Amino acid sequence: MPLDRANVDTDAIIPAKYLKSIKRTGFAEALFANWRYLPDGSINPDFALNQPRYKDSTVLLARENFGCGSSREHAPWALNEYGFKTIISASYADIFYNNCFNNGILPITLPAEDIDDLFAEVEAEPRMRLKIDLVDQTVTAPGGRVFHFEIDQFKKDCLLKGLDNIGWTLSFDEKISAYEENRKNEAPWLFAAS
Amino acid sequence: MTDGGAAAQQPRTMFEKIWEAHVVRDEPGQSTLLYIDRHLVHEVTSPQAFEGLKVSGRKVRRPDATFGMVDHSIPTTPLGNYGKRSNVPVVDNESAIQMITMGQNAADFGINFFNIDDLRNGIVHVTAPEQGITLPGMTIVCGDSHTATHGAFGSLAFGIGTSEVEHVLASQCLLQTRAKTMEIRVDGELPFGCTAKDIVLYIIGKIGTGGGTGYVIEYTGSAIRALSMEGRMTVCNMSIEAGARAGMVAPDETTFAYLEGRPFAPKGEEWEKAVAYWRSLTTDPGATYDTVVLLNAANILPQVTWGISPGMVTDVTSEVPDPESFAEPAKRESATRALAYMGLTPGTKIQDIMLDRVFIGSCTNSRIEDLREAAKVAKGHKVAPTVYAMVVPGSGLVKEQAEQEGLDIIFKAAGFDWREPGCSMCLAMNGDKLQEGERCASTSNRNFEGRQGKGGRTHLVSPAMAAAAAIAGHFVDIREWS
Repeated sequence: MPLDRANVDTDAIIPAKYLKSIKRTGFAEALFANWRYLPDGSINPDFALNQPRYKDSTVLLARENFGCGSSREHAPWALNEYGFKTIISASYADIFYNNCFNNGILPITLPAEDIDDLFAEVEAEPRMRLKIDLVDQTVTAPGGRVFHFEIDQFKKDCLLKGLDNIGWTLSFDEKISAYEENRKNEAPWLFAAS
Repeated sequence: MTDGGAAAQQPRTMFEKIWEAHVVRDEPGQSTLLYIDRHLVHEVTSPQAFEGLKVSGRKVRRPDATFGMVDHSIPTTPLGNYGKRSNVPVVDNESAIQMITMGQNAADFGINFFNIDDLRNGIVHVTAPEQGITLPGMTIVCGDSHTATHGAFGSLAFGIGTSEVEHVLASQCLLQTRAKTMEIRVDGELPFGCTAKDIVLYIIGKIGTGGGTGYVIEYTGSAIRALSMEGRMTVCNMSIEAGARAGMVAPDETTFAYLEGRPFAPKGEEWEKAVAYWRSLTTDPGATYDTVVLLNAANILPQVTWGISPGMVTDVTSEVPDPESFAEPAKRESATRALAYMGLTPGTKIQDIMLDRVFIGSCTNSRIEDLREAAKVAKGHKVAPTVYAMVVPGSGLVKEQAEQEGLDIIFKAAGFDWREPGCSMCLAMNGDKLQEGERCASTSNRNFEGRQGKGGRTHLVSPAMAAAAAIAGHFVDIREWS
């Protein structure tokens, strides 16, 4: 689904009033709520998400600085739950980018010219499908054109393995304790009882 | 001390020193495992994290380093007959559940917690610094992007998502990729009528909302040095609006004077040792940043945003821009869309823009100095009959101090609504919000579409500018105020 706006912030992805749940689910209805629904609550036929030609999209095509603003992880939760598994953009805000990896969403970065080309292709063929290969780091368009993307190898690995980050970190418990012992001597005020 | 005295070491920036002092594990091809000194927690981004801990049977590794508060969803309704804040009805049941859950999690996991009746409670980024929880040289995280605020003390402070909140609770560490460094040097004297808020809005206008992406910014220069700690907090707070990971100001005598004696700051011999260490954190002569931006404070005028991102900003003496005046087609399109949402016509003088609401508050500008500035402007005047203006102090202690100084009396006499502390209308989660189409002068940090209420139109300004606008009913050049 193409979202042809730059600087889409996380307030737009999920407005604050929907952040009141204490669960990680139930956010699909809130995705892009202020653009998706009209003031009376009915669906806005002009917004891409509501258009039949983009039904069942799993790839979100966006412009630069996607996900800027608030750190709310509810943004990728909503995207994920709605059905988006991949985002393709020229650039992302840092916190949002990290949040995606922690939720099984692949954020692909491509040069602005390639993004322009993809927008043109979707315009011409709204139901087009992209072949996305994380291992090879490629996006293949219907005509056969291959876009190669760069990605941090560690983040790629974690995504492919579905790694439990916390479990992995805690496997270094001894190193963490060693750091703490050393630091207690250097800067005892960091470990003062409160 | 691993940092001091190694003459053969390469000159390092403050960011590099702090980063390197917190590395627990760093292997090529893997994210760095970074130790976190302070973890601030609030009711909106933590419940799922604590639940994750419960489900996996894990504990909080450093409950002593973890501080919980309630700020986003709490009502700011004046106490009146309620007696205490915990008696005041919450905007909806879900928010009430979030607040109760925060308290329950704090008790279950043994972390520090300031509940809603505790005077120390407030907006996390106001309370932690005033309590001395924030100290130079620390790594500080919170499930909130404006964690960048704490960088004002020379700490590495940034926002994280809820999964990372859980990660830090469980391990006191975070997996991070090292950012690049940017120096933003603001030299020269800040003109009369301009404030820290105008400096940071000016910076964002110059480098853009993505200008800092991938960077940690260090703010240097005489104009930054001249700011008080609260001013430095305002600047660092909005680093995120320029896309930066974090923003920092090197600690100096101003920092030490602010911190000395605060409840969670070190005392006695430890204080001396700490100050010596903090002095060693400043960027070494000869250290290089990946990018340098040089600005002259003398060029800054009071700023007002006109659009739907903090980068869409101009001088108060200027006009709403014509989208056609932008060189890039994408910028022309964004500007056109912004003006349509904001209901503004190109060429309209900023000072002719009429307002419905004024909000003085938020983690950007709700500290005692902000309130003093606004009160100075408001004294002896009355809020325009067309405007509803509210003042929301940043914490219970800020409110108490403001009342000791009689600021509340000044505000109330002028017709401002003097309210209880909280995030309030910065993001409209607690019931304080704009109606569709209402135009607001706000001292907060984001003017995104719908941020302060669906269809609400936000203009970001400094506290003095907001107070003056409340009285005049439209924006005025604060430099001409009497």
